[in-house]
Amino acid sequence: MGPMIERRHKLIRIFLVFLTACMATGAAAAAGLKAGVFEPPRRAPEFSLRGSDGAELNLGRYRGKVVLLAFGFTHCTEVCPVTLAVLAQARKKLGTIGNQLQVVYVTVDPERDNAERMKKYLSSFDTTFIGGTGKPEQLAAVRSNYGIVANKVVSPGGYSVDHSSSVYLIDGEGRLRAMMPYGHGAEDYVHDVVLLLKK
Amino acid sequence: MTRRTRWLLLIGATMLGALAWAALAPIRVETRDELFEIPQGTWARRMAGDKIEILPDTIRLTLGANDVLLLRNLDDVPQVFGPVLIMPGQSFRLPFEVASTYNFACTAHASGQMSVIVAPPPEPGWELLRWRARDLMKRA
Repeated sequence: MGPMIERRHKLIRIFLVFLTACMATGAAAAAGLKAGVFEPPRRAPEFSLRGSDGAELNLGRYRGKVVLLAFGFTHCTEVCPVTLAVLAQARKKLGTIGNQLQVVYVTVDPERDNAERMKKYLSSFDTTFIGGTGKPEQLAAVRSNYGIVANKVVSPGGYSVDHSSSVYLIDGEGRLRAMMPYGHGAEDYVHDVVLLLKK
Repeated sequence: MTRRTRWLLLIGATMLGALAWAALAPIRVETRDELFEIPQGTWARRMAGDKIEILPDTIRLTLGANDVLLLRNLDDVPQVFGPVLIMPGQSFRLPFEVASTYNFACTAHASGQMSVIVAPPPEPGWELLRWRARDLMKRA
């Protein structure tokens, strides 16, 4: 075997060892999450919605940050206020690295949730939170891509929306890594965001 | 003491020992995963009219024993499995640390909901004995 071929084989071996080490590190980090983990992770489905800041909202805007993606509606009286308060608390607890976290809240009620209303509502929890709204069919496609359930429930006083209450965790490379079920506290989010920021 | 009495005493002592172990020994398990899999061809069978229920409406887990819900999609198409959408070949591993009842919206169930009831670790004694008996029945 010539020295060139030997060197090439050596390089391939080094690359394979490096790749295995990277995969092991990623798996170890994912294994320690408090949230439910997807293995292998897939690219988080992209969307294009109207942001509560007036600009186009897509996940590409937040590459390099950990995105916590939640679904809900501003008239929600039970699940959403609790989830958003927990997420705001988590961001506060993260201190200076809190700026590497972005909360994205997509409405399941486009009839009532326009960008202005969402901005006002989300600001009461944390001014950095971004809301997303759009046409009903656009939002239905986003829900379908994430497996989100949302059913309108009509009552004498108006209507409400029964919806999935989990929060998705998307890493800085835009991969859908995990899903945190409703009921977890701010500490669990802090724990997982720190792990995901370490990659 | 006759030979028969001695045998009976030995059997009785062995049974008591086994019961004491079952009631007091801490739980040791090979894996804490409670695995549910969507087999390959499930979508095709559903399309053909088969009513297949893979995930029960209610799943019971016990902290320290089987407190990790592991869902795996071996089918060729994405599947809503419990609370999540899982891609072909992908798995979803959800650990539980707090005893409670967790309700998830789930389109895969006729009720539209799936519950995971997570029980605290059984206390040594009667509770642990009952847990081991149930576990044995389940394995059988």
